[in-house]
Amino acid sequence: MENSIQSYLPLWACLSSLAAVPLILLFRRETFLREAVTILAGIAKLCFVLAMLPIILQGSMIELTLFGGGSDGLVPIAFRVDGLGMVFALVASILWIPTSIYSIGYMRGLKEHSQTRFYVFFAVSLFATLGVAFAGNLLTLYVFYEVLSLSTWPLVTHHQDAEARRGGRSYLVHLLGTSIAFVIPAMIYVWVKSGTLDFGVQAILANTDLSYVQGLALLLAFAFGFSKGALMPLHSWLPGAMVAPTPVSALLHAVAVVKVGVFCIIRTVLNVFGMDLLGGLGIHLVLCWIAAITLVAASLIALTQDNLKRMLAFSTIGQLSYIILGIALLTEHAALGSILHIAMHAFGKITLFFCAGAIFVATGKKQISELNGLGRRMPITFAAFAIGAASVTGLPPMGGFLSKLYLVWGAAEAHQIALLCAFLISSVLNGAYFFPVVYRAFFLPEPEMDAIHADGACCVHGWREAPLLCVLPLAFTAISSILLFFFPSTFYDLASIVLHGGVANP
Amino acid sequence: MSEHLPVIVVLAPLFGAVIVGFFGTRDRHLCFPIALTALALSFVCSIGVVHHVATVGAWDYFVGGWESPHGVGIQLRADGVNSLLLLAIAVVALLALVYSIRQDGEKDAEKSPFFYVLFLLLCVGLFGITITGDAFNVYVLIEITALTSYGLVAIGSSRRSRVAAFQYLVIGTVGASFYLIGVGYLYLAVGSLNMADIRTILAANPEIANSRIIGTALVFILLGVWTKMGLFPLHGWLPNAYSYCPSGSANLMAPLVTKVSVYVMIRILFGVFGLGVITENPGWSDLVVLIAVGSIVAGSVMALTQREIKKMLCCLIVAEVGYMVGGTWLGDAGRWGLTGSMYHILADAMMTSCLFLAAGVFAKQFGATRLEHLSGLFRRSPWAAGAFTLGGLAMIGVPPMCGFFSKFYLIRGAIDSGHWLYIVALLGSSLVNAILFFRIFEIAYFGEVPESSESSEGGCPTRGRHAAWRTAPLLVAAALTLLLGIFNRPVIDLIRGTVVENIDIVSMQE
Repeated sequence: MENSIQSYLPLWACLSSLAAVPLILLFRRETFLREAVTILAGIAKLCFVLAMLPIILQGSMIELTLFGGGSDGLVPIAFRVDGLGMVFALVASILWIPTSIYSIGYMRGLKEHSQTRFYVFFAVSLFATLGVAFAGNLLTLYVFYEVLSLSTWPLVTHHQDAEARRGGRSYLVHLLGTSIAFVIPAMIYVWVKSGTLDFGVQAILANTDLSYVQGLALLLAFAFGFSKGALMPLHSWLPGAMVAPTPVSALLHAVAVVKVGVFCIIRTVLNVFGMDLLGGLGIHLVLCWIAAITLVAASLIALTQDNLKRMLAFSTIGQLSYIILGIALLTEHAALGSILHIAMHAFGKITLFFCAGAIFVATGKKQISELNGLGRRMPITFAAFAIGAASVTGLPPMGGFLSKLYLVWGAAEAHQIALLCAFLISSVLNGAYFFPVVYRAFFLPEPEMDAIHADGACCVHGWREAPLLCVLPLAFTAISSILLFFFPSTFYDLASIVLHGGVANP
Repeated sequence: MSEHLPVIVVLAPLFGAVIVGFFGTRDRHLCFPIALTALALSFVCSIGVVHHVATVGAWDYFVGGWESPHGVGIQLRADGVNSLLLLAIAVVALLALVYSIRQDGEKDAEKSPFFYVLFLLLCVGLFGITITGDAFNVYVLIEITALTSYGLVAIGSSRRSRVAAFQYLVIGTVGASFYLIGVGYLYLAVGSLNMADIRTILAANPEIANSRIIGTALVFILLGVWTKMGLFPLHGWLPNAYSYCPSGSANLMAPLVTKVSVYVMIRILFGVFGLGVITENPGWSDLVVLIAVGSIVAGSVMALTQREIKKMLCCLIVAEVGYMVGGTWLGDAGRWGLTGSMYHILADAMMTSCLFLAAGVFAKQFGATRLEHLSGLFRRSPWAAGAFTLGGLAMIGVPPMCGFFSKFYLIRGAIDSGHWLYIVALLGSSLVNAILFFRIFEIAYFGEVPESSESSEGGCPTRGRHAAWRTAPLLVAAALTLLLGIFNRPVIDLIRGTVVENIDIVSMQE
């Protein structure tokens, strides 16, 4: 793990979406060019990330320090690409491209206003997401974390109505409030305590004499401060943020934003505290139990939801806690499962959100109870929904099965039978809230066409899918979820690279 | 020529003021070019000073070649902190000047030569206070600053601005007198007015340094500068003075006058009394930090109750002054608090400048003086609104804006020295700022564009023709707020060079 390579690749990967912003603004009248720029930026970003992949897979790291070295204890803005960052960057940059295509279909299909603003802030938030993934120290991580919080606010509040205002307010109060109140002091305390904020082979706090109380306070400050991870009781921004247009919910609230939260918590566990210190102090169990309670409670709440996107939001809260619980168990397989679940859940959940959006574009329906019989009209969408649901629930042959397998294995390894049960109960609940939707769509009869919805030509029997640009991305992500079961090796290798540098006893 | 840069910074606006006074009254179209030339010259020279300080080190300049500190000679001293402050003053003044190109439209046109004279003289005062190495000179220049400020407040056409100017005059005079009494005691005890000279004498004679007269001098000087900077509870004059004066004046005074006063405090502490005052008297420093916390809390609470944009910004100045005073008095061993305070002087000058310029643009363009007038702002004026957003985010302390990094170092200093209350106050004030600014952003983002605005402004002659002149400095200020944050490293390096250097001097002499 010693060999590191100096390269500007991480910077270019971050900047490629930021560079698209002026072009998107320039082409605000020519919608075709504007959307082409977005997609090209996505492809460029993916290329830069892929260019780094072989280097990381060889076990090297890429480092880049901007604005001065670490003289006299100051903290520079630095990038450092390791396996964990690579997993996240890969997921985010792969999924940005289908999301962009989907956005075109969705936004045009619904004739949304202010589409230029939408694409601009989308590009900025991807810039920030990759910045978090490649951050080389806690300060850089925090900088990009905040940029992400703020650049997604206009996306969440896109509709600019009373509901959006409420959702946006809750979004900011939770995300900005906790990061200012908890993360800043925790970060500076770490800096005072250890004199550095750099992520390295050794964890930042590894050689400090933290007491149990100090360690616990710091860990909780980070876990709740990075409230994009949506640990209960700071989860309520996520259902509120579902007022956003569905592409935003799909990429940001199933992949980028929420995964940034859990990514930061994983970074905290692995690179700030280190597994040895957490295990030695025994504070990881507190985090485990908070996550376990969250994942069962969120699944139970999801059962009661009738709004499809809200149900998905609560499902996301639960799945995020899988990842947090996995890393907090501090065993090798649990950590492996946790990192894999970042990728697997991303592909599964984005499919589900795409489906929810496609249903809305095609039929205008948002409630689960209205979906009876729609599967026969929109077979591709609902097939993709079933695949995504199976993946998130953790059924073979979908990617989600692998990550959940490792998580359960890790829980057993840690001899935490209660937590193992939490995993299993929650997975059963996942099935319980997803499959009724599939059942309704395919097996219940379609209600009689009422006068309200008689919009002429659309109502002829037969297929009534969303626009092609909506359907293609969701088919792509659904197929990817299956493929990830058969070819998980890239993510698996990256995750094991992370652990063999960071785990106490590999 | 280049060896006289420090004095040219001060003299350029002084001569500019004289020339404006002489020619500008005859042809008022000459005022702006002359003022611009003078300030541009100061700007270029201050870049030269910063460059010299960064490459060579601190720069002592003796006006007229009177090197002996016992004579009447005036010493100017530029170091890593005040050279940057000179540059910040020059930048903010230039931006305010460009903004004021059509000072209050046609109806105040006859006032404009006087406005420019006062404007330039205020700059002389600010530059002078910053760079002088003589304690009595500081008093003289504080008075120049104060007298011109009273004029710039009173130049506003409303009745309120005259009342505010009178209030400002009374309190400001009391403050300046306190400072003068302090300097008097100091002269009585030490027999010198040159800062470096006093410092050497005090360091060599601990019995003088620990005498009651020096303590009295310090207290009077502190009370004087605290009044001048508007530290709670001596802030009463500030919100009225800066919100009822014309925005051309507010753009210059609000960002700079308080900040320069904070710098005077820092300078007096480490250039005259020595930082030992803070570290050796923990009781004092605890008390001052407590006052600073009070200032932060009071400023934030007052800001929450305001519905007027400028009043709200003025209350925030009170809170920001609390940041800087608290940071200076933390007394932590690594001097991170002091670093943070000094950086925050620069950062706050840029942020406040940006926000006041924005408030001025809103007032001129839409007649918006209250929060609810900003409805639909992002549609009506996206550039100005964007710049205001950047300024607001910097005030909240969102990275990578400059406001974040000052908080970062201030909190580091507070953790080192164990002032937990101060940390709570800092973070609390960040959260309050977030509420304040997002309240505005919400109004601006969600609100409808008022129907009446187009028709009523359509007839207004100031709209459109000179809008670009007002928006351009605002955009520059917003960009600088961002750049100062992103490129904080060289600035911090320069500041820390000076701070650490001073620690060395202190520790060698004690």
